[in-house]
Amino acid sequence: MFTDRLTLRAWVLMLPLLVVMLAVIGWPLADTVRLSFTDARLVGTGGAFVGVENYTGMLGSRNFRKALVATLTFSVWSVAAELCLGVLVGLLLNQRFYGRALLRALMILPWALPTVVNATLWRLIYNPEYGALNAALTQLGLADSYQSWLGQPGTAMGALIVADVWKNFPLVALIALAALQAVPRDIQAAATSDGANAWQRFRHVTLPYLVGPLMVALVLRTIEAFKVFDLIWIMTRGGPANSTRSLSLLVYQEAFAFQRAGSGASLALVITLIITVLAGAYLALMRRAAGQGG
Amino acid sequence: MEHRSLGFAIFVHVAALGVALTVLAPLGWLFVMSVSSPADLSAKPLHWWPDSIDLSRYRQLLTPETGAAFLASLRNSIEVAAMATLGALLVGIPAGWAASRNPKLGWTLGAVIATYMLPPVALSVPLYLILAKLGLLNNVFGLALVYLSILAPFVTWLLKAGFDPIPRDLEQAAAIDGANLWQLLRIVILPLALPVVATALIFAFLLAWDEFFYGLLFTSNQDAKTLSVAIADLAGGRVSDYGLIATAGVIAALPPVAVGLLMQRALISGLTNGGVKG
Repeated sequence: MFTDRLTLRAWVLMLPLLVVMLAVIGWPLADTVRLSFTDARLVGTGGAFVGVENYTGMLGSRNFRKALVATLTFSVWSVAAELCLGVLVGLLLNQRFYGRALLRALMILPWALPTVVNATLWRLIYNPEYGALNAALTQLGLADSYQSWLGQPGTAMGALIVADVWKNFPLVALIALAALQAVPRDIQAAATSDGANAWQRFRHVTLPYLVGPLMVALVLRTIEAFKVFDLIWIMTRGGPANSTRSLSLLVYQEAFAFQRAGSGASLALVITLIITVLAGAYLALMRRAAGQGG
Repeated sequence: MEHRSLGFAIFVHVAALGVALTVLAPLGWLFVMSVSSPADLSAKPLHWWPDSIDLSRYRQLLTPETGAAFLASLRNSIEVAAMATLGALLVGIPAGWAASRNPKLGWTLGAVIATYMLPPVALSVPLYLILAKLGLLNNVFGLALVYLSILAPFVTWLLKAGFDPIPRDLEQAAAIDGANLWQLLRIVILPLALPVVATALIFAFLLAWDEFFYGLLFTSNQDAKTLSVAIADLAGGRVSDYGLIATAGVIAALPPVAVGLLMQRALISGLTNGGVKG
């Protein structure tokens, strides 16, 4: 009886959250599903049922394939660079050196910088006429002339990735550092006295402690990167020649600029499906990491 | 670490200096741009250090006569973030506590957290249509309501994790002494949970402060436009003075950067638990 009353009370306490979630997430998501099977416009008459036409039309389009490739390129390179750089800097922060606490505090700064400010800052740095990057390269003698980093297809994506990596590698470094600090010192010492070299110690003693937290960072960062909108919107608007137009930008253009709500909704759901697969991988990895007992 | 040679120590210090410069250089440049004269910023070769400190943009943006639009966006950002944070805490505190005390409800919380992975584009069209129908487009209340979709799951998860270590014996003892739910919450739970709630409040506020996508979609002028949208407008518009854009960026960055530095410890423990939003 008592436990039943407790459970009932818990449900009552849960209720406001569930109502809010239903109103701002559950219902909109369900309505996106409905819209995706219609030819609804953003403004005007509610659309008619068109079956899977939006899906076939969208998935078969060049725009979709190009945006998918751009999103994958951005995600894979950003996340890979963030992880590699993050682990290296995490290992560095785990050493003893002067100013270690200060450097650790500095790592918070890019993370704390609002995404929009980060994008704006890098847009200014890459500016083709007055940007700091052009000025630095020419003044150091590394380049002869100013370039439009965000305006040429060959460099725009790379420039975006650098901006994303700069903001996010410190987060991975802090996660890696926290994991490294959990490695027991005596195991390290024992491995050393057993004659293990630095690489063997990293591979067999340190790495097992890093894998779990890094998996979490990997999948969270991948999901975030896959959803990317703010950074690209501000820095390139998807250009030049749509070479940096991510899937989220494509939905925005389809549903809001061209007001094709139905087709935009179908594309949004395809992205959601891809991210759900990633999230499933995240949960599976978490569970396996937990099963190994940390 | 046992055999640290001199060479290794030098390598570590050089690498640390390199990392510090990598992190600081772009930030430092943002600040320098905000206090350099337009002539310094358009000089070739570029003046990396201004001849004199020019604070005129800060004055321009922060005085009501010249910075009305910017100040309005600042106020909108504060209002929307405050309302959304308050709403998220109101639903998140009871739910987080219930989920923390009743493992049986864990799956509900799991479902709530899973929504955090949804891309905003998957909700944006229906949210736009319903806000339009309710007359809440370009309205701070409407935007705050939408922000609940981001803040409420995040806050509940953070609070649940924070409530978990608070011992249950206390509330059981209080319950046996005949305390009702309200007394239990007010006298026993909240004082112990206050640091957790404060942390959740600050992170939720910053999350709303950072938001851009919904703000771009659902606001159109000074009535509701947030700071992040206003900065994007500046960056994408025909503003010829880059220092002005940089100044707006510095002002927008100040609250989260200050919080980040002051709350390092809470932040890092949050990160290690697996996911304060990046």
